[in-house]
Amino acid sequence: MSILAQVIQWFTDPAHWQGTDGIPIRLVEHVQLSAESVALGALIALPIGIGLGHFGVFGNLAIGVSNIGRAVPSFAILVIAFQVFGLGNTPIILALTALAIPPMVTNSYVALREVDPDVKDAARGMGYRRPAQLVRVELPLAVPLIMAGIRTSAVQVVATAALAALIAGGGFGRYIIDGLAQQDYAKEFAGALLVALLALATEVSLWGVEQLLVPRGIRLLRAPAAARARTFKTA
Amino acid sequence: MPDRLFLDIVDPWINWSWLSTHVPTILAALQEHLTLTLVALVGGLAISLPLGVAAHRWTTLRLPSLTTFGIFYTIPSISLFALLIPYTGLGAVTAEIPLIGYNVLILLRNILVGLDSVPPDVLDAADGMGYRPLARLIRIELPLALPAIFAGLRVATVSTIGIVTITAVIGLGGLGQLILKGLIESFHTPLVVATVLSIALALVADRGLAGVQRLAVPWSRES
Repeated sequence: MSILAQVIQWFTDPAHWQGTDGIPIRLVEHVQLSAESVALGALIALPIGIGLGHFGVFGNLAIGVSNIGRAVPSFAILVIAFQVFGLGNTPIILALTALAIPPMVTNSYVALREVDPDVKDAARGMGYRRPAQLVRVELPLAVPLIMAGIRTSAVQVVATAALAALIAGGGFGRYIIDGLAQQDYAKEFAGALLVALLALATEVSLWGVEQLLVPRGIRLLRAPAAARARTFKTA
Repeated sequence: MPDRLFLDIVDPWINWSWLSTHVPTILAALQEHLTLTLVALVGGLAISLPLGVAAHRWTTLRLPSLTTFGIFYTIPSISLFALLIPYTGLGAVTAEIPLIGYNVLILLRNILVGLDSVPPDVLDAADGMGYRPLARLIRIELPLALPAIFAGLRVATVSTIGIVTITAVIGLGGLGQLILKGLIESFHTPLVVATVLSIALALVADRGLAGVQRLAVPWSRES
């Protein structure tokens, strides 16, 4: 039987849709691990990137730290977290959070730095105070790049969460790692398809959120912003 | 009291005696890592350069090629390895197809940005001086696109060095093999050594390419 027929059979087997190793539970695990890590990472990274970008200070430091951060292999971060904190979701979430931070810091910093100085001057001239200027002028203009950073982080976190199966984590990665260990190609292939679909769904849905958040007035500027976005792949 | 009890699970982060006796193992892992990375970069360039030039020349190619490789780029490496295993088995081919594909996207984008950034005046001047299209491309456009191409190459290099560790799952991995060993045996030393070497390799390669760029493109101030 061809591999594709076996995979179809795997997907149509009702046993793979129920229980703790069923697709619904594994989906929830994967999404939960990823969402918590991206949210935690955003809570840390966005204030840093936006703050430094707004005040224009410590920029080289922030970018430098991010650059070193992305040189750390995601696989190594996971295994180190496992060795330090042991089994469970905590080491996985900590590792994924660490991975989520650099792209969000870099992108939000660059986004705030790239706001046209004339626009900021105009805002000052119109009597905006700093907080109002940040919230009502700079942030809306920075949304496309900030969102691109969140999107990059989220897709990488979803990808790395699949690797978390190597350190006994849940999620769709379980099927890949267990399938490889059991030489069950149908399971391994099905898991790979599920991980790929989840990563693509993450990319597309966050792109949709970005479309909703970008103010109409600057939507025309979106294309060049997307070209400038710093994408990075760690897993 | 003995130094180590039978059940003593305290493992130092670096066991120097293991390290000193396993230098050849570490060097072999490093070499495999470098080879996997180099092939992924050369393969990426070999596909993205002609594709980038073609997509710059015939703009209808642009969106389809960027979209195709963009989708490929979004798919996690572990996923692509697992999808390829039934067809290409465990080995270098399975490792390189995803790595090369990812680099094609990064490089393609940057090649297009670079070629787009060549000022029209410069092209007019080249035409006026009698350059034929191929000579204009090789001697005018590509050199002016080099800063952007180098920027892409640096991102691709750092990214590839990290992802290569994941190929440990399919029996390769270079330094990733040592990370996996550290995981399976709960032995910190190979994990620490491989992590440090991988970060160092990425940073040195990045700085090295920046240096080459300064020599190759002296007129560019971009570092």
